[in-house]
Amino acid sequence: MRKRAVVGLGLAALVTLLWSLPAHAQEVAEEVVEEAPLTAESVQAVLDNIWVLIAAVLVIFMQAGFALVEAGLTRAKSVANIMMKNLMDFCVGVLAFAAFGFAIAFGTGNDLFGTAGWFLGDNVATNYLAESYPNLTLPTFFIFQVAFAATAATIVSGAMAERTKFRSYFVYSFLITALVYPVIVHWTWGGGWLAQLDTPYVDFAGSSIVHMVGGVAALMGVLFLGPRIGKYGPDGKPRAIPGHSIPFAIIGVFILFIGWFGFNPGSQLAADDAVPAIAVTTLLAGVAGGVMATLAVWLKTGKPDVAMAGNGVLAGLVGITAGCAAVNNLGAVIIGALAGIIVVFAVFGFDRIRIDDPVGAISVHGVCGAFGTLAVGLFATDGGLFYGGGADQLVTQVIGVVAIAAFTAVAMAIVFALIKAVLGLRVPEDEEIAGLDVVEHGAPGYGPDVLAGSGEPVGAGMATAAVGR
Amino acid sequence: MQSLITAVIKPHVLDAVKDALRGVGVQGMTVDEVKGFGRQGGHTETYRGAEYTIDLLPKVKVEVVVSTSDAEKVVDAIANAARTGKIGDGKIWVTSVDRVMRIRTGELGDDAV
Repeated sequence: MRKRAVVGLGLAALVTLLWSLPAHAQEVAEEVVEEAPLTAESVQAVLDNIWVLIAAVLVIFMQAGFALVEAGLTRAKSVANIMMKNLMDFCVGVLAFAAFGFAIAFGTGNDLFGTAGWFLGDNVATNYLAESYPNLTLPTFFIFQVAFAATAATIVSGAMAERTKFRSYFVYSFLITALVYPVIVHWTWGGGWLAQLDTPYVDFAGSSIVHMVGGVAALMGVLFLGPRIGKYGPDGKPRAIPGHSIPFAIIGVFILFIGWFGFNPGSQLAADDAVPAIAVTTLLAGVAGGVMATLAVWLKTGKPDVAMAGNGVLAGLVGITAGCAAVNNLGAVIIGALAGIIVVFAVFGFDRIRIDDPVGAISVHGVCGAFGTLAVGLFATDGGLFYGGGADQLVTQVIGVVAIAAFTAVAMAIVFALIKAVLGLRVPEDEEIAGLDVVEHGAPGYGPDVLAGSGEPVGAGMATAAVGR
Repeated sequence: MQSLITAVIKPHVLDAVKDALRGVGVQGMTVDEVKGFGRQGGHTETYRGAEYTIDLLPKVKVEVVVSTSDAEKVVDAIANAARTGKIGDGKIWVTSVDRVMRIRTGELGDDAV
C-alpha cells in the first residue's frame, strides 16, 4: 500500500510538472512577442546568422580533412608530428587572428590594412558589417572568417612535412594568421584597393585569398627547407616516398569536400536562394577535377593513381572557389576539369625541379588557386571573356593574382628567413631519418609496441644507454 | 657448400644494402622487420609527461643464401653498406647450410642459390 502511494505521489508530481512546463514556456514566448514582434526581416537575420555559423563549423571541420590527407600521404614515423602541426596551427592561428588578424583584415584603416579593433575589441568591423552585411552579428562574422584564416595556415603543414622543427612551425602559424593573411583579406573582402578597382576583383570564397596564399607560403617554406632526405637519388632523379595510409588520405578528401559546402555556399554570407546554386557549382567542379586528374595520371603513367585522384578532387574544389557564384554549371565543370589536369602536371613539374612537396599542397592550392581566380575572368556569366564581357574582368583578375602572390612570397620569405636565423627551420639529419615523432614530441604516433615494453617506467627496463642521436 | 648470411641492420640502410648485394651478384634475399637490442640498448620516450623505456628497437633482418666461396665477399658488401659508425649498426653472422633446393625446378646446391 505504502509503496503504491509513493508511486502515485511521484506520478502526480510528474504530471504537474509536465503541465506546468508548456504553460511556462508559453508565457515566456508571449513576452518575447510583445517586446519584439516577428517580422520577415528579423527572421531572415536569424536565418542568415545560423546558416553562416553552420558554414563556419563546416569550414572548421576541414581541419580534420587536412590532418588526414597530410597524415595519409606522409610516413608513419612522423605521423604524430603532422597531426600536432594541424592541431596547433588551428589553435595558434585562431588566437593570432582574434588578437591581430581580424583587425588588420576588417578594421577601419587605409586601403592596404586595417588599424582598429585589436583583440576583438572596439568597434572592430562593425562599420564594415553595417555597410556590407547588416544582418550578420560580429560573433557570426568573426567565427566564419577565423575558420578561413586557419585554412590558409594549415595548407603549409603538408608541404613542409617530415623535416620541419615543430617550434619553428609554431611561430610560423602565429605570423601568417596574425600578419600576412589578414593583409590580403583587407585588400579584397575587407574593401581595400583590389575591391576598389574600376572592375572590382572577384574571388568569391578565396581561391587566391585563402588557397593561393597557403600554396605560395608552402612554396616559400619548401624553398627554405630543401627536399626530404632520400627524395632525390644520387642521379638527381625524384624518387617516390609513398604515404603510409591511402584510407586516411581519401577519407580526408571526403571531409574536405563536405567542408567545402560551408566554405563556398557559406561565403554568400546570407541564407538566400543563391546558396544551393553555389553548392552545385562546387560539387560539379570537385568531381570533374577528380575524374580528369584520374584520366590524366592514368594516361601518363598507366595506372589510375589514388593519391593523385584525391589531389584532383581538391584541385577542382580550389579552382571553383573564386567563381562558384559567378559561373554556370557548365563553366564549373570546365574549371574543375582543367584544374584536375593542371594539378597532375604541376605535381610532376615541382617534383622534377627539386621542390619536394609530400602532399601536393603547392600544386593543389597554389597553382589551382591562381588558375581558378583567373578563370573567373573567362567563365563569369556576367563580365567573363567567354560570355561577351570583354577582357576587363580578366585584367583585374591578373592584377589581383600577381599582387597577392608577390606580396605573399615576399612576406613569407621574410618570415621563414627570420625563423631560420633565430630558431632554425630544419631538424637534424639523424632526427629526420628516425622520424620526428619521438624527438619532437616524446613518443611515436602509433604508440610504442607492446613487445618493446610499452608503459614501463624508466629504470624498470634493461635499457640505460641513450640512443646515439 | 652453401652458407646462410644473416644481417641485422638499421632500417634506413636497407636500400644501400640491397644495392650492395646486387652489386656483388646476389640474386635474391629475404627481409624481415624485427626488434632487438645489443650494446646500443634502448631509449626513453615520454607520453603525457611520464617517461617510459623502449628496450627493443626496430631493426631489419636480411637473410641470403650464397655459395660458401662467395660468403666473405657478401659479408664485406653488407658491412660496408650498413656501416654508419654509430652505435647500433647491427651484426652479421654466417652459418653453414646442409641442403638447398629451388622449389620450382628441384635444382640442388650451388645451382639453387
